[in-house]
Amino acid sequence: MFRKTPLLVAILMLAFIACTSKKEAEDAAKKSPTPSEAAAPQPEVHGTEVKAIELTNPLNKEWVSAGKVNYELKCLACHKLSNEKLVGPGWAGVTKRREPLWIMNMITNVDMMLEKDPEAQKMLEECLVRMPNQNISQEDARKLIEFMRSNDGEK
Amino acid sequence: MKYNHLLLCLAAAIALPAILVTPSCKPQNPVSAVEGDAAQKVYVAPGKYDEFYNIVSGGFNGQVAVYGIPSGRLLRIVPVFSQFPENGWGFSEETKPMLNTSHGFVPWDDAHHIALSTTNGEHDGRWAFVNGNNTPRIARISLSTFRTEEIIEIPNSSGNHSSPFLTENTEYAVAGTRFSYPMDDDDSNPDVDISTYKQNFKGTVSFIGIDKETGRMGVSFQVLLTGVNFDLSRGGRGPSKDWFFFSCYNTEQANTLLEVNASQKDKDFIMALNWKKCEEYVKAGKGKKSKVTYAHNVYDEKTHSATSTMEHETIVLDPKELKDIVYFMPCPKSPHGCDVDPTGEYICGSGKLAAIIPVFSFSKIQKAIADKSFEGEFDGIPVLKYDAVLHGEVKKPGLGPLHTEFDGKGFAYTSFFVSSEIVKWNIEKLEVVDRVPTYYSIGHLSVPGGPTRKPHGKYVIAYNKITKDRYLPTGPELTQSAQLYDISGDKMKLLLDFPTTGEPHYAEAIPASLVTPKSVKFFKIEENNHPYVAKGEKEAKVFREGNKVHVNMTSIRSHFTPDNIEGVKMGDEVYFHVTNLEQDWDVPHGFAVKGANNAEILIMPGETCTLKWVPDRVGVFPIYCTDFCSALHQEMQGYVRVSPRGSNTPLSFSTGNKAEPTGGAK
Repeated sequence: MFRKTPLLVAILMLAFIACTSKKEAEDAAKKSPTPSEAAAPQPEVHGTEVKAIELTNPLNKEWVSAGKVNYELKCLACHKLSNEKLVGPGWAGVTKRREPLWIMNMITNVDMMLEKDPEAQKMLEECLVRMPNQNISQEDARKLIEFMRSNDGEK
Repeated sequence: MKYNHLLLCLAAAIALPAILVTPSCKPQNPVSAVEGDAAQKVYVAPGKYDEFYNIVSGGFNGQVAVYGIPSGRLLRIVPVFSQFPENGWGFSEETKPMLNTSHGFVPWDDAHHIALSTTNGEHDGRWAFVNGNNTPRIARISLSTFRTEEIIEIPNSSGNHSSPFLTENTEYAVAGTRFSYPMDDDDSNPDVDISTYKQNFKGTVSFIGIDKETGRMGVSFQVLLTGVNFDLSRGGRGPSKDWFFFSCYNTEQANTLLEVNASQKDKDFIMALNWKKCEEYVKAGKGKKSKVTYAHNVYDEKTHSATSTMEHETIVLDPKELKDIVYFMPCPKSPHGCDVDPTGEYICGSGKLAAIIPVFSFSKIQKAIADKSFEGEFDGIPVLKYDAVLHGEVKKPGLGPLHTEFDGKGFAYTSFFVSSEIVKWNIEKLEVVDRVPTYYSIGHLSVPGGPTRKPHGKYVIAYNKITKDRYLPTGPELTQSAQLYDISGDKMKLLLDFPTTGEPHYAEAIPASLVTPKSVKFFKIEENNHPYVAKGEKEAKVFREGNKVHVNMTSIRSHFTPDNIEGVKMGDEVYFHVTNLEQDWDVPHGFAVKGANNAEILIMPGETCTLKWVPDRVGVFPIYCTDFCSALHQEMQGYVRVSPRGSNTPLSFSTGNKAEPTGGAK
């Protein structure tokens, strides 16, 4: 027992040193800018949760065509307009299957959805590719929904 | 013997618990030992950012590297003058023009000095400039994309060493000839006897104008000078902002065995040049037009492509006729660094072979010029009296002074190559106050903001020429390295060694807060004006123009469109124009094809890059993504079928099409 004491003291001392330096290191780390503090990036439109959207009839034709342009530029690579799954699910019937708000947030806030929303997580398990953030503004996302509604036969 | 020495050192280390690490068994004084809190001072916790960007030229690798300070972590290699197969720089069709010169394609250089753009003499975080010493060039790198945006060749020049230092508001970058050469009118380099150096060889210093908004460069004017070696330079600031200072060696004008023959005189020169006055003379039409040929290469962020244009004219000023633009100041002996302090009053010369550091006073220079305190002329240029322009000398500071940087608190930090140390001294009093060893043979050094009106201080970084025993050996060629010292207290303290890519030649360090907020995350696909862009898979196509086959293809996690291409024939040149459709940060895609004789390419989100491929045999060849992009990255692949010359396989392309070939000619 007695013999072991110096070793114990040494261990305690080491632990003390380790704790001190860990704390100081953490303090030092706090002082250096974190990613969120330092970054005030180029207009980042992704990541704000949309709380409500309004649907009106008849469809806004300008939005439908603007939505189509954006679909062809940023979505078509993975989503067909039929119900055939490519990388992601086909869009046929999507506005019937999903709440428009859910679709809005998948487009504009996919990171939050994949983190929190069980339905979105289920899709990731099926597709295995995270839906990319394509930096689509809320305004443009709303137009995409108009295009989806048109694709689902709404007038 | 060596082993005994090691044991002794070990014993000493154990005996002195305060010294936790003995960095080397060289003769040392106590400050060479790293102190206990050094690790904490350089520790940047996982996920946290460094406080400074350190922009470091790579010497013989022709590139620029970016490190975080204080951690010393390598963040990025920016290819500049050298081809970089890792991302296709200088190999892709878009970037090949960047390396064009009047000598044709020169895919390498010797990159020496960094100059960060300033406004009112303070860092503004817009651009980094770097010089190519070999084929005289200056490059401009954007600090928002960390890409080389422009390279301009310097006409009437050879060995662009004293470059690309800047005037206070980044009006000009300078370029000076290290290698004088026989220069006659109109940029020809005549066939003369080398021994006629004194009669025929000339040097120039060039002022490269920089557009305030775009950063675009142009050769504004050149000053024709006598044949000596222009070594380093600095722009004035504050009261001296209209002036530029250049160190000159080989005033002996030797053309052989310079090691001996250029070390004869006790004093060479620092040249003081009034660029503002030069500007006036140019405006007044006092310059002479010189017919030259030089390449001007510009990268356009919207077309994602570079163009190379040959320019044919410069304006040359002759100081033998324009008497009040250039003066020489005697400076002991073979001066190298020529550094202006933050106040703009003091110019520190570093005579490589002198045992003093002379400090010149700008106000005395002005007075000496007004009083005509000349001791004579050198090739028609007035030489000011040494005593009339001298603030004073730092006596016995060390051996082989090279470069000086400043902390803004009245102290200067000079590197000493021969005695391998940094010496801190008081500028006003000319007194040495501290010294630390470097491991080993320091060249340049950098204090964050050191060459500006407002240094950020805190650290000095040593860029060493030799590492010898500091790192695990890797055969005859060892890593190059830098060392970080804390200068926040009275005494300099060694904190960290960190290895570098290439030879870390010169560097500047800038607070992250001036750069990070402007960092571009992706290129907007809507703004992509590349002639072969495919904005969406609908625009993907393959078409033929004679023997050229253009593939306008897209990439997105995780497939290419098209990914099956047929109808390519032997004798064709295939151009893969790959557009990355992603619009998120940090999602590049790669593109590679079997047997490509050039490189792979990396395409950033929203960008289009082109890889040229000339098939050398018939068959089916894979194409695939080389940058791990998603869980299905290994699936990101396709095939190109190459048929024999003259075969009738129709040109076709598809993705996800199991049976019927789609498409055809344009």
